[in-house]
Amino acid sequence: MPEQVQPSQQTAGALSTLEARFPGAVQPAEYEGLVIAPDRLVEVATCLRDELGYTYLSCVTGVDYPAPTARFPARLEAVYHLFRATGGPLTLHVHAERDGLGVPSLAGVWPAANVHERETWDMLGIRFEGHPDLRRILLWEGFAGHPLRKDWHEPYYEADHKPFASRYPKGHPLRAEERTPLSCNLQYPPDWSPEGWESEAEVPVYARMDEYAAGDWRSMRTTDQIVINLGPQHPSTHGILRLVARLDGETIQQLEPVLGYLHRCHEKIGERNTWLGNVPYTDRLDYVCSMSNNFGYATAVEKLLGVEVPERAEYIRVIMAELTRVMNHLVAIGFFTNDIGVYLTAMLYALQERELIVDLFEMASGSRMMCNYFRFGGVARDLPEGFLPLAKELVYERIPRRVDELERFLVDNEVFRARTIGVGVLPPAKAIAYGCTGPLLRASGVPYDVRRVEPYSIYDTFDWDVVVRYNGDVYDRFMVRFEEMRQSLRVLRQALERLPDGPILAGKKQADVKVPAGEVYGRVESPKGELGFYLVSNGGTNPYRYRIRTPSFANLGVLGELCRGHLVADVVAILASIDVTLGEVDR
Amino acid sequence: MPWERLYNWSRKRSLWPLFSGLACCAIEMICAAAARFDQARFGMDIVRPSPRQADLMIVSGTVTKKMAPQIVRLYNQMAEPKYVIAMGACAISGGPFKEGYNVVSGVDQLIPVDVYVPGCPPRPEALYNAFLALHARWDRETIRGLRWYQKGADEGIPEPALGPDLVDWRLADKIAQKRSE
Repeated sequence: MPEQVQPSQQTAGALSTLEARFPGAVQPAEYEGLVIAPDRLVEVATCLRDELGYTYLSCVTGVDYPAPTARFPARLEAVYHLFRATGGPLTLHVHAERDGLGVPSLAGVWPAANVHERETWDMLGIRFEGHPDLRRILLWEGFAGHPLRKDWHEPYYEADHKPFASRYPKGHPLRAEERTPLSCNLQYPPDWSPEGWESEAEVPVYARMDEYAAGDWRSMRTTDQIVINLGPQHPSTHGILRLVARLDGETIQQLEPVLGYLHRCHEKIGERNTWLGNVPYTDRLDYVCSMSNNFGYATAVEKLLGVEVPERAEYIRVIMAELTRVMNHLVAIGFFTNDIGVYLTAMLYALQERELIVDLFEMASGSRMMCNYFRFGGVARDLPEGFLPLAKELVYERIPRRVDELERFLVDNEVFRARTIGVGVLPPAKAIAYGCTGPLLRASGVPYDVRRVEPYSIYDTFDWDVVVRYNGDVYDRFMVRFEEMRQSLRVLRQALERLPDGPILAGKKQADVKVPAGEVYGRVESPKGELGFYLVSNGGTNPYRYRIRTPSFANLGVLGELCRGHLVADVVAILASIDVTLGEVDR
Repeated sequence: MPWERLYNWSRKRSLWPLFSGLACCAIEMICAAAARFDQARFGMDIVRPSPRQADLMIVSGTVTKKMAPQIVRLYNQMAEPKYVIAMGACAISGGPFKEGYNVVSGVDQLIPVDVYVPGCPPRPEALYNAFLALHARWDRETIRGLRWYQKGADEGIPEPALGPDLVDWRLADKIAQKRSE
């Protein structure tokens, strides 16, 4: 397949250049990418960014190898995925000792690395030397252990791989609660006692804020700065997100998202699940657009499997993904107007259309929200009778009218314009440096869309435009969403017209898929941005490493920068314009 | 008693839910409130962002350990009489994420639950069925029997803390006992 050949060519090109510049520091990795010596990492990264054009750091993660593999000893591995304007990925691996030295932080080279490195530290305990703020991000300070290490076991641990043999030991089901000492999902270190103990989970959250708020700058003439919390229970945070802000009067001086309130351990559970068993879990990542998540996971696994998807299945996939995009943007606009004070009115309009799209999903997959529709090599079921006429009516008649109507109501509204134009401006250079993707990036004047730069599925056969606007403010992000809905409808019209007959699944239906050993980074353009799956397989029926790079998480990294100097009321507008789903942020 | 019938009838038609969505189920909860299903038919169109003005907490999604202190605090802040609906598989038992290290196996480990709504996520109709179940229950309630008028009703539930794992103070004795073993 051409997209498989291309990355390895990229890697080979980068390898020869880097070997000449940094002799002895670079070598090819086991499956894909390059292994960089930790002491030269920052130099190599700077060279890649400035001279080879890898300006966009998509994802930082880690893999734990407690036992030696074919070519390398036991280690913790930090993995970086880099892209340039066209093409990629270039994968960098850096080895760290399991209990000892870390790797140098790349937060100074790509600010995007900041949140990803914090997550890798939290989950795997890889210490990034020189990171400006290496705290836990999804769990809390004081949590015992780093959960994604292979030798760390959760309280309900049964076995490394599903299906669990221990579920029915003597023909009777054994509940997880019956197996744990405390009869619940809790475990404590052996020497820990609750007597006289006090929680310190909140201390590091406020430590940096208090430094400023109680600093020496205070004088009689200035007002006191105060630290406030927005969330986690707050009507405008789109779920359970917590923002800690330091205010001077009503102006934001510093703002930091505190994440993890919906951390559902997707990655740990995903490593126990079979490959196919992860598909319903991907539905629950970004629960507004489950079909797109299915698409991302299926694309990544198919790259490893090397299966060809039948043409009809590709068309069905594109139809579902684009309907999801329309639905997501409608909901994003609806919730946004709720946040800036239109209250529920515009949301009711948006949700009305969403219901009709959800009906189509229910017809095809049997579920309104959690579709679980994609399989490796196709889709689960064929389109039912009556799907196409309904879909055509929506795509040709109803939704275009409603999009125009919503736009007319909102865009000419004086209050809407006053609240959005010039608010939360994100310059293009900063957007790229922080690894922003999706409408957030395209509203800043960067025409980067995975469907165009690295066409997956059959997106290269359709006629459509990448939407781009240039001011980078909240208003432009919403105009991009309106226009993207129109482009999605354009793709949908072509797909519905040309939908061919034929099989919908390559090969037989099978529950236990064995995936050849290797690693892959598969990505799609989900409605919120680039959704990537980094999968490592050791040839078994379970993923060895299952990492999800979600657009909302990466985009949130820039929120603090965007909000600085704005009013508290603008924070909710900026947050809504980034369009996050907390299921995807915290995973 | 006639005044009790009046009291229960008026409660049924002015139930104010707490505006708090946790996870996926929150989207279905919002759909239940939106135009197609129209929650206003039950007198529930006033959704309160503050727990102090709310009667009903719909736990719509996975309760994580990190969120558990906040869930308990929200419940403690609600005024009596208060009710809790556990919406969806996660809120009932942990659901598909039960084995996760950061997931509480059901919100009833933390606070008392009145109605369970199965599904992943439940359809809006299923949520309505829960409201009707609550209504049916109120028909049997008397003012005298309400928790508000009982001894020790306002003590509240001790807020769990975040330590090496979630620290539920009600389990402190058990933890100490296991440790001595």
